[in-house]
Amino acid sequence: MSNRKPETGAFFQRDRAWQPDAYTPWYKTSVLRSPEKALLSLGNTLSEMTGPVFGHDLLGELDDDLIHNFAKPGESAIGPRIIVHGRILDERGKGVAGALLEFWQANAGGRYRHKKEGYVAALDPNFGGCGRTITDEDGYYSFRTIRPGPYPWPNGVNDWRPAHIHFSVFGHGFAQRLITQMYFEGDPLIPLCPIIKTISDPAAIDQLIAPLDMANTIPMDASAYKFDIVLRGRRSTMFENRMEGN
Amino acid sequence: MPQQLIQFKESASQTAGPYVHIGCTPNFAEISGVYEEDLGTRMLIGDAKGERLTIKGRILDGTGTPLKDALVEIWQADSKGLYNSPSEMRGSSDPHFTGFGRCATDMASGEFSFETVKPGRVPFPDGRLMAPHVTFWIVARGINIGLHTRMYFSDEAGANGEDPVLARIEHRHRVDTLIGKREGDVVTFDIHLQGDNETVFFDI
Repeated sequence: MSNRKPETGAFFQRDRAWQPDAYTPWYKTSVLRSPEKALLSLGNTLSEMTGPVFGHDLLGELDDDLIHNFAKPGESAIGPRIIVHGRILDERGKGVAGALLEFWQANAGGRYRHKKEGYVAALDPNFGGCGRTITDEDGYYSFRTIRPGPYPWPNGVNDWRPAHIHFSVFGHGFAQRLITQMYFEGDPLIPLCPIIKTISDPAAIDQLIAPLDMANTIPMDASAYKFDIVLRGRRSTMFENRMEGN
Repeated sequence: MPQQLIQFKESASQTAGPYVHIGCTPNFAEISGVYEEDLGTRMLIGDAKGERLTIKGRILDGTGTPLKDALVEIWQADSKGLYNSPSEMRGSSDPHFTGFGRCATDMASGEFSFETVKPGRVPFPDGRLMAPHVTFWIVARGINIGLHTRMYFSDEAGANGEDPVLARIEHRHRVDTLIGKREGDVVTFDIHLQGDNETVFFDI
């Protein structure tokens, strides 16, 4: 990555009131999959402060291009072409360099390429739905894809997910591990969604909504959405406890 | 007025959903030709040092039904207790061991499985040694924020008895929920999300 010294301090504690609760009965599957007992608070040890970091050699040439990475040669996925880009920051506002992002989504019609999925909308033979990239020195990333469609799911009798892209993020420590979803500015399904309503603070929901970014839209090619993700920050190590004798 | 403390808020978690495999283990989801191999499939790269073990188990919901759509990740030290991470300052870990594993639970049986080595002991911040352990992170449909837990080893009763993290568990019968049962080269670790045998989960 760089000759910047790796950071080794403990991570800021997670704000569990800002994060979704485990038990959110309007999202029905959470009822039997949520712990009933309190979490045991654990100050970070090396097991949480360290984490896997992946090199750019992991990436294939089309990993960040969902329009083409599953398409037959010379063909491309159907749907509105978009660029999604932004920064991975930590809570101190520092860019997180070398963060691995993985993303997955439905196609333009809201259909996922997955054998457990039986929605009537058609598969796109040129769209797989997965991609990944690694942030640069300043924490920037970008990828291109097609805008996913909304998608019905068996929760309430007529529940529809807003258009969304799933993100999985590896920062520098296992304590920063995060999976979240990106939504699109102006989607009227957002306030109706039981999964989004697992988050109680409206400001935390707003933080998951990507605005249209005309400045980075490529004329006659692809529109752009800006989506920043914030990972847990970490303390300076200056006065951390040191092991005796070290 | 003092200066303001300026700090961003961590992005809120959302469930990984039932199709997490598309993004995290596409080959397992039969989306082939995009990635050569799913991330975290192999923890041993060549001749890793240490005792070889298979860790396997299931994730069970509040009715005892195994989750067939979960994604399990593990993170552990090498056989000498060093992490394969840039923030490991105590020395160089075994280059043949990644320390990171990822496995989708089987769509029929709900079982996960990792081929790994037994981790060495790692110091707690005050210098006391923790017992050998593997960190687990579990996501799935119905789980709004990833669940962190640890697996310790049943053949390490002495070390487990002096582990500073296990010592913090007030209800002592719950310590057992973190002990993987070792038989030969296989360690079995079932994780109960809810109910009487609920696994201890951590806010790390």
